Amino acid sequence: MLSDGCSFMKGMLLGGVFCLVLSLLGSFNFSPESSTEDHHHHHVYAPTKDELKHLSDSRVEELKNQVRVYCIIMVQPKTLVYWATVLDTWSKHCDNAVFYTSESSKALEAVDLNEKDDWARLRKALIHAYENAGDLRWFFVAQPTTFAIIENLKYLILAKDPNEPFYLGNAVKSGELEYVEYSSGIVLSYEALKRLMTMFKDESQCPERTHTLWTMGEDKQLALCLKYAGVFAENGEDRHGKGLFNKQNVVSMVKQSMQDNPTDVVEGCCPDMAVTYGEMSPNQMHVMMFGVYRLRPYGHDFHDWITFYPPKDSDND
Amino acid sequence: MKSLRSRMSFYAGFVVGILTLKLWFDRQVSTLARDQDYQQELEEEKKMWKKEGSALYNLKHPHHIGEDKRMADELYKKVRILCWVMTGPKNLKTKTRHVKYTWSRHCNILVFMSSVDDPDFPTVGLGTKEGRDQLYWKTIRAYHYVYEHHADEADWFLKADDDTYVIVDNLRWVLANHTPDEPVYFGRRFKLFTKQGYMSGGAGYVLSKEALRRFVEGFKSKQCTHTSSIEDAAMGQCMEKVGVLAGDSRDSSHRETFHPFLLEQHLTFKSYKSFESYCYYPVLEGPNCCSDISVSFHYVDAVGMYLMEYYTYHLRAFGYRHRYQPPTPPGYSINKSESWDAGKKDKKLEQKLIHPDLSRTDKRQSEDPPPVDGKDGPPAAEGK
Repeated sequence: MLSDGCSFMKGMLLGGVFCLVLSLLGSFNFSPESSTEDHHHHHVYAPTKDELKHLSDSRVEELKNQVRVYCIIMVQPKTLVYWATVLDTWSKHCDNAVFYTSESSKALEAVDLNEKDDWARLRKALIHAYENAGDLRWFFVAQPTTFAIIENLKYLILAKDPNEPFYLGNAVKSGELEYVEYSSGIVLSYEALKRLMTMFKDESQCPERTHTLWTMGEDKQLALCLKYAGVFAENGEDRHGKGLFNKQNVVSMVKQSMQDNPTDVVEGCCPDMAVTYGEMSPNQMHVMMFGVYRLRPYGHDFHDWITFYPPKDSDND
Repeated sequence: MKSLRSRMSFYAGFVVGILTLKLWFDRQVSTLARDQDYQQELEEEKKMWKKEGSALYNLKHPHHIGEDKRMADELYKKVRILCWVMTGPKNLKTKTRHVKYTWSRHCNILVFMSSVDDPDFPTVGLGTKEGRDQLYWKTIRAYHYVYEHHADEADWFLKADDDTYVIVDNLRWVLANHTPDEPVYFGRRFKLFTKQGYMSGGAGYVLSKEALRRFVEGFKSKQCTHTSSIEDAAMGQCMEKVGVLAGDSRDSSHRETFHPFLLEQHLTFKSYKSFESYCYYPVLEGPNCCSDISVSFHYVDAVGMYLMEYYTYHLRAFGYRHRYQPPTPPGYSINKSESWDAGKKDKKLEQKLIHPDLSRTDKRQSEDPPPVDGKDGPPAAEGK
């Protein structure tokens, strides 16, 4: 009996030491990994005030013209309420907002791609956008649950040349592939889209239909095709390292911040110049529309170096 | 037999050892984290407020990097607001705390009113019980307390609930068009029970110094008494008796600033008949429900407080020129083109560009909200 008790105590002691050692090792393991992650991560930032200050008036006008955006909004009749809300809210700030649907709906107008397969549908939409771009040089792909603040997108890409290949958004890694997450919006420059058009003709590297048992998400397939064309995903962030493209909706981000930063909830949560929030319900979109374009505290002004005017024929902004 | 048993005891001991140490470790870490958080909270609070008894005096008007706050700062100095928040001991951790960390940081003086004294939070104990039927008692005592202790330290005295979100900067805009010696009070005007209407309790209301003086005098002279437990209606009746006017708090486009419900609800209401029947002014649907410079929303929970703070003070569209430009209150002017870093560049651009909406925003004084689905704009008759 006594020897059993002894063995038990010895076991306990060893177990305790083992636990300590494990937790110490655990705290060391993660730091080197994260630093290599950052090293390979591509970031895109908006221009600073100093960078903009030195521009002439005519150059500013040129840039404003250059950053006009063609919005590609992928909808389906089953998401009609979201479709209607997007039509009524943020999409009015796009220079050209085009809705692409899987099948036609009697209620709302859209380009009917007549395609059920998600990847094939995205391809068709991108081809249509490229062919109908006119003189627009930037493309933004959104889902019905995405809310985008186009002015903040324009600010982010203001000093970027659309004749360079840009593929931006919320960049995430899946194994070896770095791709831009779909629901937080995908930004493509004209050059990136042009290269994609060439890749689409290559059935071996960038097939329209995959005949495998499993399917990669269409955002990953897009990333793969772009990668073969020499275009790589980049993460849109502000100078504090906060992501401007958010997969989560703003309410869940605030809730998370209440847990993580209880004394500094708002500062620790969400960026001032956020470009997108995903998973937004129609009501949340109406609130965000009001919150972004109307609600503000009197007496606080930001003298931004560029002015964006409200769109014509709109009454909720 | 013996060696197997002792080996089993060893393994059992091993597992127990791991588990015990893990539990102990986790508890140490969490108490350490909690203590650190608490210390950090106290540090933050000391920077924000000077505590004197049960009142919090604002030390630094919150500032956002890169913004020009000159107008807001001028209003902060000239339109001094004492905010008192109606709360109770059960709500301090779940609701009131979040009020403290968000909108109330913009008040000049802040007092939390409860049934029980709490020197740490701090809250004033009004000597009442808790419950809906106590609301008017709490209001009466709270205003008497504020009159007794702080009458000379502020110009306007705001009452809010612990689930009201108030944009104090916008309240200053509304009040800057008036003086504290006017017998007037502002809020969301309802039309029942009184001739001149009364202000919704949940949406918050603000009394001028003169209105507060008359309220207290009214109770002294027994003109006003505890007539009912329906706080806002009873308040309205007393105000009418002592000659305090029910003010019009709408913006220059006749859009409401105080709101008795959530922003989401006001934006998406579709002809809510019973609500319309007790609003003093016509109810507009959609975004015209609410002024760009709205003052308050009600039924805001903890998450909602931070969300409203984010939408009001943080999230914005870069370079966006708002359609509605509120007129500068009389007596205030900031020469915006000089001494502030930016602004020169785009002023030239504004003149060069011909934009149709610019001409609409220039007609500030007679600006009407755009017609919503066939409904006409502002009403023919305006009450004041």
